Amino acid sequence: MTDALDLGSWILIIAGSILCMIGALGLLRMPDLFTRMHAASLVDTLGAALLLLGMTLQAGFTLVTAKLLVIGLLLFFTSPTATHALARAARARGVEPLLADQSATGRAPSKRVEGKQEQQ
Amino acid sequence: MRLVSTFLILFAFWLVLSGHYTAFLMTAGTLCALGVVLFARRMDVVDHEGHPIHLAPRALLFYWPWLLKEIAVSAMQVSKIILHPRLPISPTLIRVRTTQRTDVGRTTFANSITLTPGTISVEVAEDEILVHALTRNGADSLADGEMDRRVTRFESA
Repeated sequence: MTDALDLGSWILIIAGSILCMIGALGLLRMPDLFTRMHAASLVDTLGAALLLLGMTLQAGFTLVTAKLLVIGLLLFFTSPTATHALARAARARGVEPLLADQSATGRAPSKRVEGKQEQQ
Repeated sequence: MRLVSTFLILFAFWLVLSGHYTAFLMTAGTLCALGVVLFARRMDVVDHEGHPIHLAPRALLFYWPWLLKEIAVSAMQVSKIILHPRLPISPTLIRVRTTQRTDVGRTTFANSITLTPGTISVEVAEDEILVHALTRNGADSLADGEMDRRVTRFESA
C-alpha cells in the first residue's frame, strides 16, 4: 500500500517538475510578453497542482495535507488575478501584443511570428 | 448565517495552521475568529459577494471538476506547442461576450479564462472580455462559449 502511494506520488511530482521545466523553456522560446505569460501559466496551474498533489500523497491524512490543500486553494485564486493585473498593466502602458493576423499590413499570418523567432 | 460560516471557516483555518489542540490555544483561536467576524461585519464585507457560500455546493460538485479537466487538457496543448520545434503559435486578441448577470459570475469567468493555459483575460468590461489567446484554435474554442454557458449556469444558483 505504501509502495503504491510512493509510486503514485513520485509519478505526480516528476510530472509536475517536467511541466514546470516545459513552462520555463516556453518562457525562453516565446517571442513577446503576452505569449510568455501563457508559458508561465503552465507552471502556476497544472505544474503547481501536480506537485502539491504528489506531496499530499507523501504526507497522508495529516495536518500537512490540509495545509498543502490551503496553499493550492490560495494559488488557484491569486495566480489568475496576478496574471490579469500584469496583462492589464502592460496594455495600459502601451505594450501591444504580437498578433498573428496583421491584416493591415497584408502579410501572411504566421510569417511575422516566425520572423521574430529567427531574429533571436 | 454567513457570519456563522465565516466564523467556522476562520476557526478551521486556525486549527489547520496551529496544529496544537490545548485549551488555551483553542480559546485564543475562538476569540480571534470571533474578533475578525465582528470587524468584517462592521466593514460590511460579509455579503453575497465577499463570501458567496450559496455558490459553494455547485462550485465543488460541477464547476471545479470541469475547470480542472479543461486546465489539464489545455496545459497539454500548450506544452506540445512549446516543445514543437517550429513553435506553431498564432497569438490572437478576441472579444468574448459574457452572459453573466452578477459581478461574482463575471469574475469567475475572467479568472477561469486566465487559469486555463493558453488564454489570458486582458480587459474586463460590462458584457465582454478582451482575451489574448496563444493560438487561433484556442481563441475559437473560447468563442464557442461553452465556458461562458457553464459559468452562467453556475452563478444562477
